[in-house]
Amino acid sequence: MEFQFFLEVLVGGLLAGVMYSLVALGFVLIYKASGVFNFAQGALVLFAALTFVGFQNMGLPFWAALIITLGVMVLMGIGIEKIVLRRLVNQPPISLFMATIGLSFFIEGLAQMVWGTEVHGLELGITDEPFEVGGVFISSFDLFAAGISGTLVAVLALFFQKTKLGRALRAVADDHQAALSVGIPLQHIWAIVWAVAGFVALVAGLLWGSRLGVQFALTLVVLKALPVLILGGFTSVPGAIVGGLIVGAGEKLAEVYLGPYLSGGIENWFAYVLALVFLMVRPEGLFGERHIERV
Amino acid sequence: MIYRESGQFKTSYQNDSVIFPIKQDRMFIFALLALAAFVVPMFASEYMLSGILIPFLVLSLAALGLNILTGYAGLLSLGSAAFMAVGAFATYNFLVRVPGMPLLLALVLGGLCAAAVGILFGLPSLRIKGFYLAAATLAAQFFVEWVLTKFSWFTNHSASGVISSPPLEVFGIALDTPVSKYLFTLAVVVVLALAAKNLVRSSTGRAWMAVRDMDVAAEVIGIPILKTKLLAFAISSFYFGIAGALYAFILLGTVDAQAFDLHRSFQILFMIIIGGVGSILGSFLGAAFIVLLPIVLNLLGQLLHGIVSTQFLSNLEMMIFGGLIIFFLIVEPLGLAKMWQITKEKLRLWPFPH
Amino acid sequence: MKHFALKSLTFAVAGLMAAGTALAAEQFIPIPSYRVGPYASGGAKYYGGMIDYINYVNMKEGGVGGVKLTYEECETEYKNDRGVECYERLKKKGEAGASAFNFMSTGITYATMDRAAADKIPLMTIGFGRADAKDGSVFPYVFPLVTSYWSQATAKIQFIGQRLGGMDKLKGKKIVNLYHGSAYGKETLPVLDAMAKKHGFELVNIEVPAPGTEQQSQWLEVRRQKPDFVILRSWGVMTPAAIKAAAKVGYPRDKIVAVWWGGSEEDVVPAGEAAKGYIAGAFAADGKNFPLIQEIEKTVYGAGKGNLSDKTAIGTVNYNRGIVGGIMMVEAIRVAQGKFGKKALNGDEVRWGLENLNLSQDRLKTLGVANMIPAVKTSCANHEGSGYTRFMQWDGKAWKPVSNWIAPDNAVLDPLIKASATKYAQEKNIKPRDCSKEQ
Repeated sequence: MEFQFFLEVLVGGLLAGVMYSLVALGFVLIYKASGVFNFAQGALVLFAALTFVGFQNMGLPFWAALIITLGVMVLMGIGIEKIVLRRLVNQPPISLFMATIGLSFFIEGLAQMVWGTEVHGLELGITDEPFEVGGVFISSFDLFAAGISGTLVAVLALFFQKTKLGRALRAVADDHQAALSVGIPLQHIWAIVWAVAGFVALVAGLLWGSRLGVQFALTLVVLKALPVLILGGFTSVPGAIVGGLIVGAGEKLAEVYLGPYLSGGIENWFAYVLALVFLMVRPEGLFGERHIERV
Repeated sequence: MIYRESGQFKTSYQNDSVIFPIKQDRMFIFALLALAAFVVPMFASEYMLSGILIPFLVLSLAALGLNILTGYAGLLSLGSAAFMAVGAFATYNFLVRVPGMPLLLALVLGGLCAAAVGILFGLPSLRIKGFYLAAATLAAQFFVEWVLTKFSWFTNHSASGVISSPPLEVFGIALDTPVSKYLFTLAVVVVLALAAKNLVRSSTGRAWMAVRDMDVAAEVIGIPILKTKLLAFAISSFYFGIAGALYAFILLGTVDAQAFDLHRSFQILFMIIIGGVGSILGSFLGAAFIVLLPIVLNLLGQLLHGIVSTQFLSNLEMMIFGGLIIFFLIVEPLGLAKMWQITKEKLRLWPFPH
Repeated sequence: MKHFALKSLTFAVAGLMAAGTALAAEQFIPIPSYRVGPYASGGAKYYGGMIDYINYVNMKEGGVGGVKLTYEECETEYKNDRGVECYERLKKKGEAGASAFNFMSTGITYATMDRAAADKIPLMTIGFGRADAKDGSVFPYVFPLVTSYWSQATAKIQFIGQRLGGMDKLKGKKIVNLYHGSAYGKETLPVLDAMAKKHGFELVNIEVPAPGTEQQSQWLEVRRQKPDFVILRSWGVMTPAAIKAAAKVGYPRDKIVAVWWGGSEEDVVPAGEAAKGYIAGAFAADGKNFPLIQEIEKTVYGAGKGNLSDKTAIGTVNYNRGIVGGIMMVEAIRVAQGKFGKKALNGDEVRWGLENLNLSQDRLKTLGVANMIPAVKTSCANHEGSGYTRFMQWDGKAWKPVSNWIAPDNAVLDPLIKASATKYAQEKNIKPRDCSKEQ
């Protein structure tokens, strides 16, 4: 009975962790290609979810709303890159980070101005009844979400490794100057990366929106993704998944088993402290790129 | 012509290295302080004092702290509000549990507690750099928030976890009117700002800037990295602690741990970015901007009342806030302080072109 | 010609003076709203309701006793420092200053309590805020009208008792209290403890760290505990997340009894199908079948002066709560005018009005909101005025009442309130008023 419970918490944590990785993925993509830590990813998730629900409420069927929202997100991503980031190209990373925070305010305000502040439900057609596997309850929705996230990560990982475009992206992430000198069109690459990040935001928006309802609090999922990024490394796609699994499982297990000694509620900071501990051993995260310090 | 510098010669090293070398600057600063201390209390409305000036002063103190840490020592921190919280709750406990504790002493002790916590959470900076350090400071942010909410000892076992300011007095003068509160805050902030300015011009400040620019090189020439970084955390947290205590007691009157959440940390970071990283003046300019902007936007929105819905206006406020931040970063990435510096340079030469 | 010019000038001046005095009397009501941020949806409806009621009173009766009501909004974003700034900005507006402040936020209420007492402006905390402010001798300027959190907590236990078939059936049962990890969430812990001791049930407290988007481990723990009922003390996103998590672990939703801030459309719609059967408390009934609500829709929205951008939100839980807020404010002004005269009243006078409210069901019927709230009668010793709570259940499309108005358990509450108020008075060096002398 105890072991069953442990398995339930573990499995639930792992599945939740995969959902975190989904959000972390958006960060990784943009950081990998342009060195910008995009705090506005949370706002993008909210915007995507609100746009999708907005179109659905106007009467469009599921797939039509999905395609149109995808278009909007891609356009938004390209727009951000063109209007905001291109002007800030040579700034120190902290300025870029601050700009993305400003951007997140802007997008949050825009999303709620266009679509209103109403809270919406989001039905993806998957009932959330738990099913049993050997006495252990697993949520069917979580499994579905994990499946989608896993597929997305696998596709993106393959994309970066095997395709020409993926290699170009990695080249840009490595060294902008060198990539330019080899003839890689920097502006196009950045536009593509932001478009893909917009797509990832849409998927995350749908899954998280279904879980929590489409409301302002969706922007808070960013705070769950940060420890994942720290653990996995800012620049690694598989790192996002591994980090997510560790954070998700660790968080839930700690809450259930360590929590009672500390009288509960430790989930918020536990992931960060866990990531901190990992960082002391590997300062760039598990899969992140090692810096070479030159004097 | 404004800065007629002819005739102003320095005849000793000491004179040469004062904070405001040009006489006009010195006079301007003295006039400003005199205005703030004598004229403003007489003419400013209660709203001006309580709603604008006191928040401005308190938050500029916090911005000073973050400028020391991030601007001068280059250690990005997203957990500033947590140290403010430590300062606020520590000061509260000293005031409430130790009968007869003078306010200033409680403030200093609260700041020291914040400094101690700051050193503790600054230890990772020895191994971790850049954004990873920033994300690690978030651990401080959430952990401190949790500790202060969870253990009711900190809030003197109040059922709702909110601490309430006891009646305050300093040197026998009760701090119960907006004017007295304003003058007290002004005095504290001026003293601490002066201390900060001197600190960053000293060898400690130079050590911080060396560590910021390239810490490996700094270590090579003999600067003790451990001590320097921890000192930066300690001193900046001291400032945060005092700012937090002032925020809780002077500004709001009551506070719970949620007042010092991540949003507050971001707000302070915004202030130094817009004001100018690595500049004492920048802290003040940035704080003024961030404090005034929402109010100005709200008031402008009132003009449009009835034409557009208030919901539209509130969301527009958010959008303009974000947009202005981006705009500032694009137009002047070194912040308002740099803009002021350029203006001053031009004023020094005016009416000559060069 | 000169004569004529002089005469007409005199008439004109006299006319202007008369018109001037007629225009002079205006009662200012501050509206510290929040329309952005995580609670924007509820806030927009609540304050929309208040503004609609104020406009309705102006349109129908030309104000209160001939004194026109004016208002001004200030966005607080549900943040304490913005709330304080809005308070400072609005407190002196209008002829005699602000009537009363209703922040719809416990945090902002705490932050402004001291200054409001110093400025002599009352704070209305309808259904939120400090429960011990019921004791008007220590808190002369704070009014937790209709019901407070502590009264509601006792009502929840009584409701559970009703569901089990009697209060004696509570003995030996297990109730989980799932609460938001903040000051708000912890507010009811002492009261629930006291009720557990009194009725002999086991109380298990489980905290959900704010904001409560992740509740998986908490609900797995709930399932392990196998409680008979779960009391949900949530707010914002924690509520739909809780309902969904409960569905995930298979805990029946009709055994969840939530606080009223977890009981509005904003809370159940995002949870979709999972929310069917979920029960929440209420201090104001929802729905459009109240004559007043229908009147407002007809007159105010008919004239294009309605505040809500989406008319379908009329009659929702938060909208009706806003109407109640407006009614309390206006009735307080009316009562105060009875004593101080039909003029623009200052905060202190409105405070007297709030302390001498007598909203019987007859009066409520005249207003067109019969049985929307329980009867409210305030006094110096009782700033709450009622303490009754009702419970309603979500059936997937609407809320349906599942209980009558349940009285608070004053035997448990009175000593707790006294102790808490006394402690506050000691900390703040306040000398409590003597209520018996003031009558």
